[in-house]
Amino acid sequence: MTGPSSRAAILRAKGLSIGWRTRAEAALATGIGLELRARDFAALVGPNGSGKSTLLRTLAGLQAPLRGEVELCGRDIRRLDVEERSKMAACVFTDRFDSGYFTVFDIVAFGRYPYTDARNRLEERDLAAVEEAIRAVGLASLVGRRFAELSDGERQKALIARAIAQDCPLLVLDEPTAFLDAPTRVEVFHMLRDLARSSGKAVVLSTHDIDHALRYADSLWLMDGGHSFVAGAPEELATSGAIGRAFDGEGFRFDPISGVFRSVEAEEPYAVGLEGPEGAARAWALRLVERLGLVASKGDGGLETIGIVEIEAGEGEPRFALRPTGPGKPRLAAATYTDLARLLNDLIAERTGR
Amino acid sequence: MKARSAISSPLLAALALAAALLFVADLAFGSVRIPLAGVIDALAGRSADRAWTSIVLVFRLPKALTALAAGAALAVSGLILQTIFRNPLAGPDSLGIGAGASVGVALVVLASGSTGEASFLSGLGLAGYALLFLAAGAGAFLVMVVILLFARRVENGVTLLIIGILVGYLAGSLVSLLVFFATPQKAQVYLGWTYGSFSSVTFRQLPVLLAAVAIGFALTVRSSKSLNALLMGERFAETLGIRTKRSRTRVLVAAAVLAGAVTAFCGPIAFLGIAAPQAARRAFRSSDHAVLVPGAALLGSVFALAADIASQAPGKGAVLPINPILAIIGAPIILSLFLRGSREEGGLR
Repeated sequence: MTGPSSRAAILRAKGLSIGWRTRAEAALATGIGLELRARDFAALVGPNGSGKSTLLRTLAGLQAPLRGEVELCGRDIRRLDVEERSKMAACVFTDRFDSGYFTVFDIVAFGRYPYTDARNRLEERDLAAVEEAIRAVGLASLVGRRFAELSDGERQKALIARAIAQDCPLLVLDEPTAFLDAPTRVEVFHMLRDLARSSGKAVVLSTHDIDHALRYADSLWLMDGGHSFVAGAPEELATSGAIGRAFDGEGFRFDPISGVFRSVEAEEPYAVGLEGPEGAARAWALRLVERLGLVASKGDGGLETIGIVEIEAGEGEPRFALRPTGPGKPRLAAATYTDLARLLNDLIAERTGR
Repeated sequence: MKARSAISSPLLAALALAAALLFVADLAFGSVRIPLAGVIDALAGRSADRAWTSIVLVFRLPKALTALAAGAALAVSGLILQTIFRNPLAGPDSLGIGAGASVGVALVVLASGSTGEASFLSGLGLAGYALLFLAAGAGAFLVMVVILLFARRVENGVTLLIIGILVGYLAGSLVSLLVFFATPQKAQVYLGWTYGSFSSVTFRQLPVLLAAVAIGFALTVRSSKSLNALLMGERFAETLGIRTKRSRTRVLVAAAVLAGAVTAFCGPIAFLGIAAPQAARRAFRSSDHAVLVPGAALLGSVFALAADIASQAPGKGAVLPINPILAIIGAPIILSLFLRGSREEGGLR
């Protein structure tokens, strides 16, 4: 798996099979081996139904493994009782709940449950931990607000703060970025990675956001929906084709160069050439061409080239021109991306007669 | 950073005062009007009027104590059920738990060897009351276990309530069959019990009721931490180090003991079990069980005592049944709380 490291291993699994213990004992995945050390940030990805949530529950000790071992802080997870576990692994799951009149403070203070007495009195250090966690996720101004009144993003941050306040070496989060808008998704990924770095915790989350997982995770855990599990650096899994094998569907392929999923075949059987200096304008013109279903020609390939896009990128806004292929066709100027897209669409329509 | 609301203590004190005032008023009102001074003299044992002393101590004091305890017990039982089932419509009666207790009571009353007595409880010795309570508690607990087994499979709260209603029907038909085969006297005794009343408990039976209620409270008060976590869901609670199965069983036993004891002695009292916890949540604007358990208990006592006083209203010996009175007093209060709360998206709705 990984070579030796000076950092303490927090979570380790060997020969692990996960799933529900039914008569058929249908394992969702088998032969899982993984390791998380202090400061590690791992992202678990895989198609729906591949067993991501089940794996996370098993690693957190909430569900018994079908086979194999899970070690949390060097101890067999099956030998830990509920109270010991609650001081080793803090979890954020997707279960819905009615938070009633509980405020942000109340919700975060739940994180101190493993440390408070039967009457649940918050001591000085508990209050400090709660306030520190609320500050860490940037919700200090909403501390007295009812949890039910928060936006999705604020709720997720409050739940993360609750897990931080629990002060465990391991943090397990099931799809913390679902339902969040794009900037908040980035913020949550960033926050969790920084948390792993600054506090020496091990953090693992599951996500459908492969793009962010590739950018932020130290280690990508991949479940392919066919009972197998692979772990490795995001770069390894991207270039080895493992991501593609797990996700590629009808007509879509993971492109290891750009790190995104692309349509296998051009939707329009035409190519367009690009001329102009490297830079943002050219990169976005390329995306525009691909968005229209065309292929950016590199001078070869079997597709008919229907035109050349010229890009002039200077100080201000970029300017474009389209030179359709064929005799007698005029060169058309485009001041904006919108105009360029319209010109290309006109050209496609003219060729296809649609 | 400040987070906890500070309104709970003064409000709790105000409710305790209201309960105390209603308790004294309950002793004063009735078919015979006794002035407040007379009530106090009778309680202190220095009243010159032997009839007043007898009325206050023998009839009204046990009745008022019963209303106080029963109101609190049903409220706390309802609070536990609403939290565990995470459903604002859960309550001892809506989940069929009162019906389960009725089966136990019907078995004891209708199948017992005692001859038809004029009053329901008068035919039973102390062992009989204990038996009655055990039968009602067992019936209540049995229904609760059945509902809980369903609750583990059925996520949907509405489905759960339908199951509760079905279980209630089932228990009701068992009772109907028992009534059908019973002697007319016994059947009448049983039917009298089903109207619900705080006045059939005498001083000799009162300790059994109070002891059961005390046990139920003791179990609940110690569980407010786990109740808070369970409100957020079992998995949530488990990751916080709560032994969910043990905690849940403990509070459900408490809920069954509380509802079972009250149902055994007072008959099926509707409404309180659902309404008092709702009112407590909105009045205290809190979901913290450290506040809600005493808050709901006091509100339950206040509702029960007020209803008992109102049931004496006609005077001249006529006493109205308690169940409709409770609904007439309670429903408008709850409705107004809902109206106020809906603007703020109240808690467990």
